[in-house]
Amino acid sequence: MAKMKGAQILTECLKREGVDVLFGYPGGANLPIYDALYDSPIKHVLVRHEQGAAHMADGYARATGKVGVCLATSGPGATNLVTGIATAFMDSIPMVVITGQVRTYLIGNDAFQEADVCGITRPITKHNFLVKDAAQLARTIREAFYIAGTGKPGPVLVDIPVDVSQAEVDFVWPEKVELRGYKPHRFYDGHPIQVDKALALILGAKRPVIYVGGGAVMSNATAEVREFAKLTGAPVTTTCMALGIYPESDPQSLRMLGMHGAASTNYAVQYCDLLINVGARFDDRVTGTVATFSPKSKKIHIDIDPASINKSIMVDVPIIGDVKRVLAVLNTALKAEKKRPDLSDWWDQIHEWQKKHPLTYQPSKPGGKLKPQYVLEVLSELTKGKCLMTTDVGQHQMWACQFYRWNQPRTYITSGGLGTMGYGLPAAIGAQFGRPDERVICLSGDGSFVMNIQELATAVDHKLPIKTIILNNGNLGMVRQWQEMFYKRRFSHSGIRPPDFAMVAQGFGARGVRITKPEEVRPTLEKILKDDDCWVVDAICDEDEKVFPIIPPGKAIDEMIMDMA
Amino acid sequence: MPAPNKHTLSVVVENKFGVLARIATIIAGRGFNIDSLAVGETEDPTTSRMTIVFQGDERTIDQVKKQLNRLVDVITVQDLTKGEFIDRELMLVRVAVTAKSRAEVMDIAQSLKAKVDDVGTRSLVLQIVGDTAKIRSALELLKPYGIQEIVRTGRIAMAREVQPENTKTKATSGV
Repeated sequence: MAKMKGAQILTECLKREGVDVLFGYPGGANLPIYDALYDSPIKHVLVRHEQGAAHMADGYARATGKVGVCLATSGPGATNLVTGIATAFMDSIPMVVITGQVRTYLIGNDAFQEADVCGITRPITKHNFLVKDAAQLARTIREAFYIAGTGKPGPVLVDIPVDVSQAEVDFVWPEKVELRGYKPHRFYDGHPIQVDKALALILGAKRPVIYVGGGAVMSNATAEVREFAKLTGAPVTTTCMALGIYPESDPQSLRMLGMHGAASTNYAVQYCDLLINVGARFDDRVTGTVATFSPKSKKIHIDIDPASINKSIMVDVPIIGDVKRVLAVLNTALKAEKKRPDLSDWWDQIHEWQKKHPLTYQPSKPGGKLKPQYVLEVLSELTKGKCLMTTDVGQHQMWACQFYRWNQPRTYITSGGLGTMGYGLPAAIGAQFGRPDERVICLSGDGSFVMNIQELATAVDHKLPIKTIILNNGNLGMVRQWQEMFYKRRFSHSGIRPPDFAMVAQGFGARGVRITKPEEVRPTLEKILKDDDCWVVDAICDEDEKVFPIIPPGKAIDEMIMDMA
Repeated sequence: MPAPNKHTLSVVVENKFGVLARIATIIAGRGFNIDSLAVGETEDPTTSRMTIVFQGDERTIDQVKKQLNRLVDVITVQDLTKGEFIDRELMLVRVAVTAKSRAEVMDIAQSLKAKVDDVGTRSLVLQIVGDTAKIRSALELLKPYGIQEIVRTGRIAMAREVQPENTKTKATSGV
């Protein structure tokens, strides 16, 4: 058997795991790995900051459903990944993170560029490994991919010391992975007794709501979710992690729920008699105050993670399992059952709420400032709801949920759990590599965009046709909104003077344009959507525009503020 | 038996470096409080057993168990409190003595079946093995003489032979 260097074993394992692209940055402790990459067919994308590499791997994973991979050196290289790893962890994104480490005999010695990366990332990874023996490397990489991509997915970090990458050992590819402490498949089908109980509740409910979360997307359950909705006739709302899994153009769609969800949707959730949670986790942005959340409903909760059950909201029928498979079982049972409860009164009530509280905004007056919502409406129309959009965090992120029409899963890519500013551009790059034929748009704010603006260089390097649209209001808009509404208009440090983004874009070798008037929106977007250049559109917007409705902190979900009037 | 709101978990884990840190990270990161923790190798040298005593309401304990189960290196989590079990702790206690009180303390030691592990001119070190109630009563008895130092192993526990059906393991937890 031919001996191979640890680093070569690593690249060989990545190839066998089906990795076609990895995002990384070289340094002292991963030089042997970079040397092996020199001979490897795997595409490597050189980022400009390691945080970008982590977000790119994450964006790639969300866009494709495959495991994303990133690579950094020891110490600062690895610590720069931390925000990206935490982002992926909070949203359960499958990712394998490879870091170089100082030589095994130097570990714990405060060596140059040493950091206890396994220690630092322990609470933000699904699992992590420090490989101390090159003979264990192949098995470890195999286990890392297995753990990252199965069960409730998540990031797994593999820390590889320099001497382990350099050591020459026999390469043995483990055909099977068996971990006695990790057997997610046991749960995949859902317990038949629980499924029966759920079925009985569904057939008895007069005011049901289906509430779909990111788990349904992870599980690739789009067809099952849509069929389940049709079979039950129940309204469907999604979290921002699952936008598009149910088409918003369909009359059964209630679109997004929660802090900035439509008022009618939150009323429906609050007053339903059966809430069917499909792969969501009763996040605090959805429930508002837990004690007053949807008090009259029975609750079914389908989730692959037992720890999600009864974590914040007590449920009546938990079903631990993979959404796709559990829904398939439920759908089969529903098809065999002819009788259905009459939901017409419930739909009448919902339509009344929708009529009374439409999701809307005040359009610009003639000659007035540009409204950010309008930009999204035009974008939605021009792309026919088919683009793949990444966002940063804040007002623009919520307006995108509200004013773009989402019809396909894995098209809205956002940091939902951690809420990471600076996520959008690198995630767009990762998504574009994963789905080269899609039109990828990075929607950003003037605060967020500068947080990883350096990755424009990466995008330009690879001639990626990514279109960044900055809703520029010269403020940290969401902070300003909270200060205005809840901190007596004391605008403490939320004003932020943005650079000339169009000029900055040009400096990076991209194209840039600034627009300030509503009438410039359509022609500008039409123009940039057609060509294959990397564009930055700096859209100067009204700074007083706010995201409505909003559930104020500490309130119930039917205590929304609808506007400032 | 411990008070009803105390739970004794018996956790079998991979005998690998960093496992204790993982358990500690989950416990601290999720804001759980533990009373005691004892770790040692099992009959299978590739695994270790951790006996963890928690205080908390049912829901907290449920979360603790589930969060521990999530860890890849955790093989089984058993809540011994749900059935009959034996628990023991070892305590070393240094008690102040004078020429006058020495005999009295030795008497107490004998009645507790404690071993006298060190005899000094001003103190005695007693080794006491027992369940929580015994350790507590020993401390009460010795307190008047002046307790100078206490070292406890933390509790270890083992289920009795007949286990009730509701003792949960990893395979069925949370269903």
